[in-house]
Amino acid sequence: MRPAVFQSTPPPRPSPVKLGVDQVRAWFGSHQVLHGIDMQIPEQSVTAIIGPSGCGKSTLIRSLNRMHELTEGARLEGRITLDGVDVYGKDVDPVLLRRRVGMVFQKPNPFPSMSIRDNVLAGLRLTRSLDRSRAAEITETALRGAALWDEVKDRLDTPGVSLSGGQQQRLCIARSLAVAPEVLLMDEPCSALDPVATSRIEDLIHTLKTTYTIVIVTHNMQQAARVSDYTAFLLTGELVEFSETNRLFTSPRDTRTEDYITGKFG
Amino acid sequence: MRASETIAMTTGSPDSTRTATELRGVPPRGERLIEMALAGAGLLTVFTTVGILMVLAVESFEFLKQVGITALIFDTQWTPLFADKHFGLWPLLAGTALTSLIAIAVALPLGLLSAIFMSELASERARKILKPALEMLAGVPTIVYGYFALVVVTPLLQRVIPDLGGFNALSAGLVMGIMIMPLIASLTEDALYSVPRSLREAAYALGASKVPTILRVVVPAAMGGISASVILAVSRAVGETMIVAIAAGQEPHLTLDPRVPIETMTAYIVQVSLGDTPAGTLEYRTIFVVGTALFLLTFGMNVLSYRLSRRFRGAT
Repeated sequence: MRPAVFQSTPPPRPSPVKLGVDQVRAWFGSHQVLHGIDMQIPEQSVTAIIGPSGCGKSTLIRSLNRMHELTEGARLEGRITLDGVDVYGKDVDPVLLRRRVGMVFQKPNPFPSMSIRDNVLAGLRLTRSLDRSRAAEITETALRGAALWDEVKDRLDTPGVSLSGGQQQRLCIARSLAVAPEVLLMDEPCSALDPVATSRIEDLIHTLKTTYTIVIVTHNMQQAARVSDYTAFLLTGELVEFSETNRLFTSPRDTRTEDYITGKFG
Repeated sequence: MRASETIAMTTGSPDSTRTATELRGVPPRGERLIEMALAGAGLLTVFTTVGILMVLAVESFEFLKQVGITALIFDTQWTPLFADKHFGLWPLLAGTALTSLIAIAVALPLGLLSAIFMSELASERARKILKPALEMLAGVPTIVYGYFALVVVTPLLQRVIPDLGGFNALSAGLVMGIMIMPLIASLTEDALYSVPRSLREAAYALGASKVPTILRVVVPAAMGGISASVILAVSRAVGETMIVAIAAGQEPHLTLDPRVPIETMTAYIVQVSLGDTPAGTLEYRTIFVVGTALFLLTFGMNVLSYRLSRRFRGAT
């Protein structure tokens, strides 16, 4: 199924594959949540993963940076590649992988004990890779990258948790950007935010994709249609359809996809 | 979801005639009795506290009328039981401070490390064994600790420190540290364990490994709870009686030398209560003055601890 999608509908600008997902199956204890997923995620694009609750979207995105295995009893089989390298390979350190594949979570989770500035620099401090002389520059670049700089530049030393929910989520994005990842995973980044904050994040995603490869899980189909170039539709742990977003929403080839996007279930 | 809402709307229509009759009636008598009994139990603790405070205040006032507050603050000797009476509180305060400091110096690192181990590194199974074992340590009667300090720890220490007295602050402080260590470990473990998983995940997602995540994210996030546990432990050490009464000697010295005998505020109260000091005398009243000072000290620390843990809860 995987090659067929891309061979029959070549993307408008052919971009190299950044993340490869090959026959990935995942379990929590004895409960299997992913049943053999195949996907090729192109570089510098936005790929949305949609599907009803419990379909395995979060598990899939969390397996991309090996966060899945941090849950007790979690297990995974299959191959996931970053630039062709198996990230589950024996000599791969998940810690180093996560520096290249950043993640933004559903609920904004800035570190409560840290100021805005320290939150941005947290990743570099935690990995002992902060060049102090560049701290100010990194802070500004990351906050500008997350479209938050103008709102916080005069209060970088106030606690990160003093910001509004939408600002906190952009702070979390800035925190991810500061470690200079190549891929940014977003697990329902707007589900805890109001519409205004949501649209700011969506605008931000548009800008970020010129630099980063973005994978976003969303339960909101309109959001997937607005922000993504490619969309994957998951149902009960299976990949039903994966193609260009436009095509998936206008002429889905699977009836289950059509039923879902027209609101017949979910 | 939508389907169940529709069901709820159709079946849940209120029947107005039925509810009107159901509203009338008196709560059963038994229920009122239980409520009164519960209120009584609650009030009893309030009365006890008020009673203690009043006794402390009245007796202390009588003492201050006779001796004055300047003696308490400016004298450097505490000899109310001798012919040449001095009422300087400092020797007792120094004794209490010394044993408490030694205790905290032992309990803080041990408690923090075992809490971090239990909460962050131990497997769920190890945690289920370790935590009750540690809490059992807190349940050992303090008299047992006291004799342990006197007949085991002191002789052992004397091999290393030859001029250590048979009664000394060091041994009592060390054993007291072992006693309050579970308190710090248990409360700190609770604080660490309740740090949201999302914060750890945020750190891991940034490429942090385990130890930096624990030290720079989890521990700071639990700081409120940790400091509350430490203050509670200090308060416990200040109020601890049996160990210091048995193992630290009962000689008030204004010193911070841990090798010599000292007397803490609590040990002094024991000494006078056990003797044949007649009620109403000046000697008798001194224990209430010391009791008041002790109460103010521990009360202040408990308030601080409460504030810290509340601030901590507000932060998360």
